[in-house]
Amino acid sequence: MHTTEITLEVNGETRSVTVRNADTLLYVLRDKLGLTGAKPGCLNGDCGTCTIDVDGNPMKSCLMLAVEVQEAKITTVEGLKYSSLQTEFVDKFAFQCGYCTPGFIMNANALIKQYPHANDMLIKEWLESNICRCTGYKEIEEAVKSALATAQTVLRQQ
Amino acid sequence: MTIGDSIFRKEALEKVTGTAKYTDDYHSPAMLHAKLIVSPHAHAKIKSIDILEAQKAPGVRAVVTGQAEFPLTGEEIHDRPPIAFGKVRYHGEPVAAVIADTLQLAKKAAELVKVTYESLPVVNSPSEALSTSAPLVHENLGQYEKIQHVFPEPNTNIADRIKIRKGNMEIGWQESEVTVETNFSFGPSDHAAMETRCATAEIRPDGHILISSSSQSPYMIKKLMSEYFDLEAGKIIVTTPLVGGAYGGKVPTQLEIIAYLASKAVGGRPVKVFNEREEDMITSPVHIGLEATVKLGSTRDGKLKAAKLFYTFDSGAYSDKGATISRAAAVSCTGPYFIENIWCDSLCVYTNHPYATAYRGFSHSEVLFAFERTMDVLAEKLGMDPFELREKNAILPGHTTPTEVDLNSSNVGNLPECLRKLKELMKWDEGRFIKINDRKVRAKGISCIWKTSTIDTNASSGVILTYNPDGSLNLLSGLVEIGTGTKTVLAQILAEKMKMDVSQIHVRMEVDTQTMPEHWKTVASRGTYMAGRAVQQAADDLIRQLKDMASRVLVCSPDELEVGYGKVIVKDDPTKSCMIADIAYGHKYPNGNAIGGQIMANGKFMFKHMTHLDRETGSGKPGPEWTVGAQGIEIEFDTRDFTYRILKAYSVIDVGKVLNYKGALGQVMGAMSMGIGFAGREAFIFDRKGKVLNPQLRTYVPPHYGEHPEYIVEFVETPHIDAPHGARGIGEHGLIGMPAALANVLSNAAGINLNQLPLVPELIWKIKTQGVQNDSV
Ligand code: FES
Ligand code: FES
Repeated sequence: MHTTEITLEVNGETRSVTVRNADTLLYVLRDKLGLTGAKPGCLNGDCGTCTIDVDGNPMKSCLMLAVEVQEAKITTVEGLKYSSLQTEFVDKFAFQCGYCTPGFIMNANALIKQYPHANDMLIKEWLESNICRCTGYKEIEEAVKSALATAQTVLRQQ
Repeated sequence: MTIGDSIFRKEALEKVTGTAKYTDDYHSPAMLHAKLIVSPHAHAKIKSIDILEAQKAPGVRAVVTGQAEFPLTGEEIHDRPPIAFGKVRYHGEPVAAVIADTLQLAKKAAELVKVTYESLPVVNSPSEALSTSAPLVHENLGQYEKIQHVFPEPNTNIADRIKIRKGNMEIGWQESEVTVETNFSFGPSDHAAMETRCATAEIRPDGHILISSSSQSPYMIKKLMSEYFDLEAGKIIVTTPLVGGAYGGKVPTQLEIIAYLASKAVGGRPVKVFNEREEDMITSPVHIGLEATVKLGSTRDGKLKAAKLFYTFDSGAYSDKGATISRAAAVSCTGPYFIENIWCDSLCVYTNHPYATAYRGFSHSEVLFAFERTMDVLAEKLGMDPFELREKNAILPGHTTPTEVDLNSSNVGNLPECLRKLKELMKWDEGRFIKINDRKVRAKGISCIWKTSTIDTNASSGVILTYNPDGSLNLLSGLVEIGTGTKTVLAQILAEKMKMDVSQIHVRMEVDTQTMPEHWKTVASRGTYMAGRAVQQAADDLIRQLKDMASRVLVCSPDELEVGYGKVIVKDDPTKSCMIADIAYGHKYPNGNAIGGQIMANGKFMFKHMTHLDRETGSGKPGPEWTVGAQGIEIEFDTRDFTYRILKAYSVIDVGKVLNYKGALGQVMGAMSMGIGFAGREAFIFDRKGKVLNPQLRTYVPPHYGEHPEYIVEFVETPHIDAPHGARGIGEHGLIGMPAALANVLSNAAGINLNQLPLVPELIWKIKTQGVQNDSV
């Protein structure tokens, strides 16, 4: 079995880890680095529970290899600290079992950063890659829209 | 006051920061991993299994195959080998498990296991199962062990038959001036919880068996494992952390048994069995399918006089909860209407499909799809408005249910009020079919709902409360937090009772069957009722103990005291009080003498007067109360390509009392979304040989973000006097009218009878253009 020692930058920390070339980023984050916020839902790109942030873009970590991202800045849900998006998710009851939540939050977080003025269409385009089986999505929509509004206020003040 | 408030769920911060832990999030270097080898056939003899190569593969510690000495398992009928033995009965059935150091190594070795099959003729639907020439899924049905109240019919594919015989059908038909009869069908589908099932097992040197599982029934795992393997129940310890969605699908005990057998094969070392999505969809239990015939008779002015119902549930290869589901279907066989004369046969049949288990609504969305759709067919034949027909027959206090339970103003909610509100919200009087242009129409459709629970008559729930030195309380309940927020509601009930701040209540989210009192199973929308009553009882005991201790400090009789706001106060002289924090661990006198000790209390609850159903007539009382409601859907329908968009989805439900407003709203909207998915799109596609062609979230597509309609949800509050604050069950009800409402609105929009699910445009097109019914899409 071929393994390599690689360095990853995760949540602002440099972490060395020995991986197989075939190890997915999701597997390495969860099983080697103990970052279990990103979840396995399908391991096939169909559900979005494994979504993390790679260089500002939401990525499905089940579809990436750990060896691919040695130069990248990786943020997982554990790296977000009390963002207004997280507060809005709590406030709007945007989750029940919470299993899809890290994925939704990481996806929406990147959306808000890249497109703070996102309209309904764009929000849908981004978030439709994730599945939530518990909520009716309305609560998630409200949370994301509130966080967008906060981001817009911050931008106006700057 | 916290009752009714939208208190955040207690585990909210964990869930948004990624620190919430689910079963698969726990792992240790000591843990081995099992990979299942599953059957590619729906029905086949296992000729041979060659495991030699796999055993030699790197990292492999054991390979387990089915054995004659493994027990047969199943909650009602012991019909299922934990790993297939002799033959396989469904596509996806486990035939072997490879246990290795890592999952990757286990997977690699699994490819080396060679299984030779000889295929057998397949039973691909309930009607095929009932045909006299059908192959038998279980040749030895007559010999299986079973519980008392299930009646398999040997040498057939019938696992159970529940009969309802109410009134006199002859009179019913004589009094009926108009009759309609309709056939319905839909195949199995899936729960598709985002967290796939996962279980670990370990056998300690002292004989303790540690199991961790993403389950709704940790206490049932303990009970069943002890039964199956003749183990001391006290030596089995099951833990369940947070569960990532369940919807009934995590009721059965399946992977836990395989994990235990795997651990046994490697000398007790911990082994994890984790379902990948494909396995989770077909290897583990699914949502039941149904074929139904509904015949209704009424007077010309719409008074229902007779109902003849034939339900055949597709339980798949094993009965699991199929028999109970068929029983629950019989209990609520008519929808929430008063009908004097009812004949119903509800059958649980074996097929070669993945086996079925509980699914949110537990037979109600399935039966109501058939019944409520027939109500619309009848309304049309009578030339009557669908609301009017339902209002005329609505079940009321004073009526009896199909199983002849007498209803009163506490044990059934207010259906006429739900209908009235729904009609107003939907602006029904503005029309239910509006042409927008040449191509598009807007249409509306409705369904009524009702549900009671059909759970074990002796199911119980316990709660333990202990004080912390700061006067805050710990709440321990065996209820599993599967996403419904029930444990937060329990904290609210406790806070209300103790007149304290809900933030001062610490709720243990994880369940551990050794240290926490049993909550039978987290199912049937009964968590709040059962555990809530246990909380109230425990709180009463806490209050009694606090008063007793305080009476010594305040030198008065306990009856002169009042508990609340962190204190025990002398009622007629509030200046005299003592802090709960000061007496929660007993009281120390100035000279050093001390009395008491940590104050703790327990409470328990069991339903009263529940009975089994009579075998010949079905009469009996299976559940404590009926939640009722009315639901509707409004769509925009394209008459050219038969696509449609759900614009609005409505629910008016009599919840008895709202305990946590946003929580309740979330339960209802989420259930509606799931119901819309089931009705509109979700179904397994089987080939002729019973193979599932779409066991993936790419080909089996639940609703995604952005497809959601506008939800309009309102609550009616008719208290159920036995339940905490009068609250009725609510976790499932948003789902159960959605399939019927969607079928009704689409039938209305397309001008045809749509009696199958899922309601994909292709089905509408086929029936519209070719008049094809009863043909699978
Ligand atoms: S686990 Fe990555 S998309 Fe589902
Ligand atoms: S909260 Fe359970 S899947 Fe989204």
